[in-house]
Amino acid sequence: MPSLILTIQHSSGLHARPAAQFVKMAASFPCSLTVRNITSNKLAANAKSVLSVLTQGVNKGHEIELVAEGERAEEALAAIKELIESNFGE
Amino acid sequence: MQKFIGLPASSGIAIGPAWIYQPVTVTIERRAVADAAAEWTRLQTALSMARTQLQALETRARENIGASEADIFAAHQMFLEDEELLGTLKTAVLDQRQNAEAAAYDSFEHYASALESLEEEYFKARAADVRDVSRRVLQCLTGKVDEAALEQPSVIFADDLTPSDTVAFDKDKILGLVTVRGGPTSHTAILARGLGVPAIVSAPVRLGDFLPGTMVILDGATGELTLGPTLAELNRARQRQAEWQTVRAAQLAAATQAATTPDGHTVEVVANIGNVEDARQAVENGAEGVGLFRTEFLYLDRETMPSEADQTAIYREVFKVMGRRIMVVRTLDIGGDKAVPYLGLQQEPNPFLGWRAIRMIRERPDVLESQFRALLAAGGETAVNLHIMLPMVSSLAEILRARELLDAARASLQAEGKPVPAVHFGIMVEVPSAAVLADLLAPHVDFFSIGTNDLTQYTLAVDRTNERVAALASPYHPSVLRLIKMTIDAADKHGKWVGMCGELAGDEIAVPLLLGLGLDEFSMAPSSVPAVKAAIRRWPLTECRAIAEHALNLPQAIDVIEYLKGLSTR
Repeated sequence: MPSLILTIQHSSGLHARPAAQFVKMAASFPCSLTVRNITSNKLAANAKSVLSVLTQGVNKGHEIELVAEGERAEEALAAIKELIESNFGE
Repeated sequence: MQKFIGLPASSGIAIGPAWIYQPVTVTIERRAVADAAAEWTRLQTALSMARTQLQALETRARENIGASEADIFAAHQMFLEDEELLGTLKTAVLDQRQNAEAAAYDSFEHYASALESLEEEYFKARAADVRDVSRRVLQCLTGKVDEAALEQPSVIFADDLTPSDTVAFDKDKILGLVTVRGGPTSHTAILARGLGVPAIVSAPVRLGDFLPGTMVILDGATGELTLGPTLAELNRARQRQAEWQTVRAAQLAAATQAATTPDGHTVEVVANIGNVEDARQAVENGAEGVGLFRTEFLYLDRETMPSEADQTAIYREVFKVMGRRIMVVRTLDIGGDKAVPYLGLQQEPNPFLGWRAIRMIRERPDVLESQFRALLAAGGETAVNLHIMLPMVSSLAEILRARELLDAARASLQAEGKPVPAVHFGIMVEVPSAAVLADLLAPHVDFFSIGTNDLTQYTLAVDRTNERVAALASPYHPSVLRLIKMTIDAADKHGKWVGMCGELAGDEIAVPLLLGLGLDEFSMAPSSVPAVKAAIRRWPLTECRAIAEHALNLPQAIDVIEYLKGLSTR
């Protein structure tokens, strides 16, 4: 199962606007996607659920682990990586 | 037929049915359901209803208020579409056979608690959002839907009204506002004046004592409220209303003419605005410019600082509406009474005496820097006569430091080759120390703008949002009048002009007093402009000077008000 570890650099972490963009991006792919806040040692959550992502409590500087399984898994991870590294387009 | 007297908050006469706004608190019923499939359909219908409400609220907020307010409703919609939440709801109803109310409450509460347990203020605040959506869904389930009820034009009654309460109302259906709490400068008063409808606050009514739909007469100028009037009273009220509307129409027709006294003295009459819509209304009502552009909305209900580009775009949009007219922008005036996590605001025991507004300049000069740059950039791209003023100034140091930042902002934009407009620099006089030191501060500014709402509050040590003491906060109090005179006299000596943007400037009866004291610029809610201009055209300046002198020697606010009221009925 392809996976990826990334650090969130956005000044507000995975809050409202970034969280919404993150979830929208994840939801656009058919594979299953989970996100886990490694820094806060959370359990993995559904990356397509904005409520679940928010409750991960991801702040600036936190590390998250993304795991994708299924159709276009690699593509999904690459797209999310791009989104995060571009600082959510800001 | 019952009569009540409250505090006048916005003049005019409203006649219509009462509509009572009482946000419903819902208790959760828990039971096992026999027909789970039907219950699931019921829940889906409620979710769909809630979604529709939120879409309408988002659209309304985007048109009437701003992008950030609208984004909150957009975020609420996202919660309702959350696939984990929907999965949990489905399981609860179809597998565990819970009733829809319990399933909804429990599912939302699961996420709200999880968010609350996180450390950051931002996440805790989102718990409130989740509970708000939960409440909405529960109201849709139990059939108590607040917004849909305002179907016909009505006089709205409430315990109190906050900006988030009123965003949901259809503005065209508001005939008037009555609140049990609140003072003359509360949100209700400001909203009513903005809408141009009558309002009464601190009304001694009991919301449970009369039926919704009861006919009501509201006189916003006297504070008189009549419930269930007799036919004779209704006829008299309709006549007064017609007379008032005729006067209003005549004032509006003359609104674009200058505000010149019969003996040839002209003053500037401008508007207080908070967004593009206000700016348009200001122009329609004959305002000669903007005397106060409140910029706080740009910073509220956001998780991050608005970027310079965001700010410039919004300022540009507002500036364009005003053409070449004067535009006085007030820099950010926010404190601990609001939740703005990215500014580092904390809960304070006395937020109105705390770390707010211009005081942020020491720890957070970056905030003011970016605002200056954005304002100058927008000013450079449009034709407004740009003025920038600082809120809550209490000492010279704040003025000097801000001036440094403004000069630096200007230099940096010039270095980038961007057009930079000439800009006038001034301060709000609202902290009493600024009024007392006006002669010392005048050399360092181009103008003063007196904020009578806060000046009154600070001078009399009265919280104007506390209805128990709100009636004490009168700008006609002799102490406040003396500070106003002190400010104008000091500015005059140094050749600087003085405007006023507090509610006093929009009060018709105050016109001869303020003219007599030498006020140069009157700034008010757009809907008040025509009436105030009409009043200025009736009062010769020489007479006004005598009036002001007499008023200043009266011992109490009530004496001043009675005196001025007596004059206005001549």
